[in-house]
Amino acid sequence: MAKRKHVLPGFTLSLGYTILYLSLLVLIPLAATFAKTMELSFEQFWDIVTAPRVVASYKLTFGASLIGALINAVFGLLTAWVLVRYTFPGKKLIDALVDLPFALPTAVAGIALTAVYASNGWIGSLLEPHGIKVAFTPLGVVVALTFIGLPFVVRTVQPVLEDLEAEAEEAAASLGANRWQTFYKIILPAIWPALLTGFAVAFARAVGEYGSVIFIAGNMPMVSEITPLIIITKLEQYDYTGATAVAVVMLVISFLLLLAINGLQWWSAQRQIASR
Amino acid sequence: MSIEIRNVTKNFGSFSALNNVSLDVPSGELVALLGPSGCGKTTLLRIIAGLESPDGGNILFHGNDATERDVRERQVGFVFQHYALFRHMTVFENVAFGLRVRPRATRPSNDEIKRRVHELLELVQLDWLADRYPPQLSGGQRQRIALARALAVEPRVLLLDEPFGALDAKVRKDLRRWLRRLHDELHITSVFVTHDQEEALEVADRIVVMNHGNVEQIGSPQEVYDNPASPFVYKFLGNVNLFHSRVTAGRANIGEIELQLDDHHEAQDSPAFAYVRPHDIEILKERTGEPSFEAVVSYVHAIGPLVRLELERADHTELVEAELTRERFKELDIAEGARVFVQPRNVRVFLDPASTS
Amino acid sequence: MAAATTISQYSRYNAKVARNRATSEPVWIRWALIGISLAFLTLFLFIPLAAVFTEALRKGFETYIAALVEPDALSAIQLTLVAAAIAVPLNLVFGVAAAWAIAKFEFKGKSILITLIDLPFAVSPVIAGLIYVLIFGLQGWFGEWLSDHDFKVIFAIPGIVLATIFVTFPFIARELIPLMQAQGKEEEEAGLVLGASGWQIFWKVTLPNIKWGLLYGVILTNARAMGEFGAVSVVSGHIRGLTNTMPLHVEILYNEYNYAAAFAVASLLAFLALVTLALKSFIEWQTARSAQINEASADE
Repeated sequence: MAKRKHVLPGFTLSLGYTILYLSLLVLIPLAATFAKTMELSFEQFWDIVTAPRVVASYKLTFGASLIGALINAVFGLLTAWVLVRYTFPGKKLIDALVDLPFALPTAVAGIALTAVYASNGWIGSLLEPHGIKVAFTPLGVVVALTFIGLPFVVRTVQPVLEDLEAEAEEAAASLGANRWQTFYKIILPAIWPALLTGFAVAFARAVGEYGSVIFIAGNMPMVSEITPLIIITKLEQYDYTGATAVAVVMLVISFLLLLAINGLQWWSAQRQIASR
Repeated sequence: MSIEIRNVTKNFGSFSALNNVSLDVPSGELVALLGPSGCGKTTLLRIIAGLESPDGGNILFHGNDATERDVRERQVGFVFQHYALFRHMTVFENVAFGLRVRPRATRPSNDEIKRRVHELLELVQLDWLADRYPPQLSGGQRQRIALARALAVEPRVLLLDEPFGALDAKVRKDLRRWLRRLHDELHITSVFVTHDQEEALEVADRIVVMNHGNVEQIGSPQEVYDNPASPFVYKFLGNVNLFHSRVTAGRANIGEIELQLDDHHEAQDSPAFAYVRPHDIEILKERTGEPSFEAVVSYVHAIGPLVRLELERADHTELVEAELTRERFKELDIAEGARVFVQPRNVRVFLDPASTS
Repeated sequence: MAAATTISQYSRYNAKVARNRATSEPVWIRWALIGISLAFLTLFLFIPLAAVFTEALRKGFETYIAALVEPDALSAIQLTLVAAAIAVPLNLVFGVAAAWAIAKFEFKGKSILITLIDLPFAVSPVIAGLIYVLIFGLQGWFGEWLSDHDFKVIFAIPGIVLATIFVTFPFIARELIPLMQAQGKEEEEAGLVLGASGWQIFWKVTLPNIKWGLLYGVILTNARAMGEFGAVSVVSGHIRGLTNTMPLHVEILYNEYNYAAAFAVASLLAFLALVTLALKSFIEWQTARSAQINEASADE
């Protein structure tokens, strides 16, 4: 009967402002992309988004993102483990620098990685004699996407690893488990949701990444051209509908990834609560 | 100032937290809202404070409807369960807060604020902590600072949510006696929420026992302990023995015993429960004229001033718990395995609600 | 006092448990893991970072300074600062409002709202630029109206600001929401019962409790705002000396094979990133230390 009243002040103001700002700057502009694609018939839309050059870019973007995220899952977990469990000189500095790819502008990362991994660069020149070319090949794309995804796995796994109780591991040891068994039967299941979340975030970021990739990729059509670059190229040719059609495909995939990440985070939080 | 609660209802989604609750808190009394967690006691307290608004019903302060009045205008002091002290302010600033946020016209001068705060800190005997920050205090100290802060705004009503809930046993006992003395000094109408029956019985002038959003009983500690109005109150306040029984025309049978009741005259062979406090169980070595039943002593726990016995009834599988004084226990001179006669006093019989409805 | 012992017991329980042989690895495994991890970070992190500064100084300090003070570079720096100076405060107000609504109240659709706030983080920066082109560009919804009124958004500063706001949209809100949720609303309610008004509660009770998280959100937003490339690249039009931000200036110099100058400007941005990380570490150290001091002095 009585209206639900909020006792703390500012609810209408803060929520109203939040929704207004969100709608004006994010939701309505995003809706514009969908509205723009409505100008196309479904066949036209389908032809644009399945053109061979575009499909090749999907394969590269998603393939390289997946490999990058997998590399980060393995080495990110390892880094988080080392930072939480061990002490060694320079640990604090390294812990702080893990966030660098997130704070460093992507264009700077792009030119720096290119300089290092080009055939005359510090690392590139070491790989060249073995016939491995990194810069200006799909391998370069993987390197760039690994770089930008690096903080996410570390930063999602690290707090969960810190909260693990030593008692569970002691119990496992007292029951006769060796260290490896304890790791994959006790520790890994506990950090699994966080690891998956970190993996998914790294993947999602990599899929949309532009700045760090275009310098190192070489951008050859069909070979080392990522999907965001396709959008830019179409825009520069004033092909707005074409650019928007490809953008819509990427947007839909981003939405799905975001939903998956939210689901994983929810799962992770449930685990945390249940273990308390 | 008196508080009247009229037919207050509150739902959270499909959960009914308060179900048409009415009660009066007379001016100057210290009232305990007692009940298990989830019984609605905290919700009721927050509704009195204005931190929650009821779905239906009214709150009257001194006879005036305050239901729609804003929290800030209610002049209540509220002590939160986890104290809610402002972490980044010193103890002094915490207590001064309520005075400092007043509109300029009614705000006391700085000197006046200083005087008032120190007066309050002296009242709670923590003047020496004025410059500390809340995280640097012990639980008991935080509790008293929270109280001082609530009193700073000269509330007409003091509300305390589980005031001793987060403290350990020893501090708890000291503080509740201190709170009682403080109330006797200040005489502010006070309501506190607790799930601890001992606390309510010791501190309150009047106890409101709540369960599932309903008021089960209101009365002095003596009344609710000695004359529980419902099986719930019996079970919630202190230990109690429960006997299965049948009632016919005002007479109840418990095993071999037949009791004359003051009520239930219309009942015909109705299933019922009989409640007896352990200290109301008389142990006899021989049968007397009074109704009693036979039992075997199965366990003796003789630590502290009281001796607790567990007895197995000869005619039933139910266990009976009894409490005796040490003197009485010595006098009886019994041990585990002894055959005795059990004679319950002050039996209260309630018809089984499942069969009456 | 008895209660004080509980606090200190709690802090001892919380402290890192000294690991014994049953719960740690043999020394050689430990060092092998540390070694692999460091090798990975060196390849992907430290060497590229070092490369920025060595490449920048390769042709000497004078060339370095010259690259930073030439007019186009200065105008890029200025534009970057202007864009950040507009985007950061706007997102700050939004972040605080959103966190207040989400952390202090219960309402339907809250989890959807949180997801929507996260949305710009999941969207490719290129698309972030594209959406504003579709709305304010010449062929866009308001394109004609804007050109009639001689007001440029795309290929001008407003477009750059809009794109910057979009890509840094969620950071402050994301920083504050968990923090304010964890702190609960009891302190605000206490303020309310004591007679404080809404603004008084916010300034005197809430803000002091969230100041470090807020500060971190602001510096992170600032770093991302100044460094944004993809979104700004779409809406800027790359007009030298007019609509080039620092990252775009880096790109142009790099594409002209003027590597020393490109890395010189890049080194400024890298320096900004390092300062951001240093501030972050300082804030974390500060919060951990105040928590420790508080617990230690409660032991008395």
